[in-house]
Amino acid sequence: MHTKTIAELLKILDKGECSSEELTKIYLARIQKLDKTLNSFITITEEFALSAARIADEKRRKEDKAPLLGVPIAHKDIFCTQGIKTSCGSKMLDNFISPYDATIVTKLKEAGTILLGKTNMDEFAMGSSNETSFYGPVHNPWDPALVAGGSSGGSAAAVAANLTPAATGTDTGGSIRQPAALCGLTGLKPTYGRVSRYGMIAFASSLDQAGPLAKTAEDCALLLQAMAGVDIKDSTSIDNPVPNYNTMLNNSLEGLKIGLPKEFFGEGLHPEVEMAVQNALKTLEKMGAKVFDIELPNTKLAIPTYYVIAPAECSSNLSRYDGVRFGYRCDNPQNLEDLYKRSRGEGFGPEVKRRILIGTYVLSAGYFDAYYVQAQKVRKLITTDFINAFSKVDVILGPTTPSPAFNIGEKTKDPVSMYLCDIYTISVNLAGLPALSMPGGFVQQCPIGIQLIGNYFEEGKLLNIAHQFQQLTDWHQKTPLTFKE
Amino acid sequence: MSFSREAILHLAHLARLSVENTGDDDSIQDDLNRIVTMVGQISAANTEGIEPMAHPLDTIQRLRLDIITETNEREILLALAPKTAAGLFLVPTVIE
Repeated sequence: MHTKTIAELLKILDKGECSSEELTKIYLARIQKLDKTLNSFITITEEFALSAARIADEKRRKEDKAPLLGVPIAHKDIFCTQGIKTSCGSKMLDNFISPYDATIVTKLKEAGTILLGKTNMDEFAMGSSNETSFYGPVHNPWDPALVAGGSSGGSAAAVAANLTPAATGTDTGGSIRQPAALCGLTGLKPTYGRVSRYGMIAFASSLDQAGPLAKTAEDCALLLQAMAGVDIKDSTSIDNPVPNYNTMLNNSLEGLKIGLPKEFFGEGLHPEVEMAVQNALKTLEKMGAKVFDIELPNTKLAIPTYYVIAPAECSSNLSRYDGVRFGYRCDNPQNLEDLYKRSRGEGFGPEVKRRILIGTYVLSAGYFDAYYVQAQKVRKLITTDFINAFSKVDVILGPTTPSPAFNIGEKTKDPVSMYLCDIYTISVNLAGLPALSMPGGFVQQCPIGIQLIGNYFEEGKLLNIAHQFQQLTDWHQKTPLTFKE
Repeated sequence: MSFSREAILHLAHLARLSVENTGDDDSIQDDLNRIVTMVGQISAANTEGIEPMAHPLDTIQRLRLDIITETNEREILLALAPKTAAGLFLVPTVIE
């Protein structure tokens, strides 16, 4: 049962072959038994889950038509969940019980999902390996010596190990796509504004976006359907109609124009990852797609630009943690300044501190124009590259990451080497575009991802291409041996 | 550009963030220098005549209707605070 997709589970629940309560118990038992080696959950919400599952079963008997009725899922611990600890992977919020639900939590609840628990993540979503979490690193189900990716590493590991059918994540520079790639999943970062950010703990407000991690594109479509849409509580959410993603999955790829950016195939790309991308292209060409060479000339500036803009926004957003209203407070503060400084100094981990300091620097008098304003201008150049590319092609394809998962501890000594992991994903956030990572093969027995980047609000097309790809390939059906049974 | 120890302490003060005696002040100077060197690459980009982009989408800020939607949740919110007294957040003495 635990290897099924959401689409399969819905059929099983509909036929009455299994109740939501039974299903929920299966996953809860797996988490209890198997998560010790992964550390993918921060909080397990057993009582909430079982009571919600019983209610879902009752509703099903009354022919309730909620689209995901009775399906267990997990939320990244960045989403506020009423009455449930919401830590954001930080000591700062280790004692924080959210007084309200994030909009996507409400929406997925209304769609009928059952919350199994909250997943581990890099502290405040700042990291690419889940090693900055206050709760310790997440281990990759394919090999526990390796990272699961980050920052949504707990969500990715939990789905890959069949501890939950799917999970939510957030993506500020690649935090859904990169862990999805390194754990062998399908993960979607929607267009900026497609999904409400209300109740999603802020890191970099002009880049953050929520999305699903699941086994298949079809499951991602089901989840996005429930998550997407305008929200009065988030003024940056966009009031565009949400299409029916499920009906777009089987569209033909005949004549689809795929752009291949030459900048994504240079130095640093593992040759076997490149080979997997070439194989994926052949599969898509068989279905009628045409491949074109394109240019994204400012790609090399994406990481430096991001590491000005994201820390600037982070330093501003994280100023709310002051030891006064909620969260961690230091012992015996001598005065107000000491309260602020020590609560923040003791409550935040080293990566968060580095980013706050960099952000403070680039926003400070004398440096603002040289760094922050210049980065915003380069952001425009990067975005214009994409707009030009989309005048020629329908979708852009490339690797999600330069290499498969690396060893835990391998990159923690040098933050810049860690930042380079996001080389192919980060420019998408700067432009605000949607992008998806889908399983595309194995390198050294570890999964790697193929990234599809779409034009604004073309999530449906990305899901369509990935779904068609998954009809002809079986990479997405592979399960790590240890977590198969 | 290279940060001195004093420059880092000044930034930390601006951010109201203690970096001393927290176990991570040894490497922070090296790390910040490496990061700032890396982000310095943007200075080479020709951005003459380019408008800064603050936000990914060109949309107008939507306003909600001017009606009360929130209820008073004083007790719930105060219950989250580390220190309160008489229905107020408690901070160390500000004015002697």
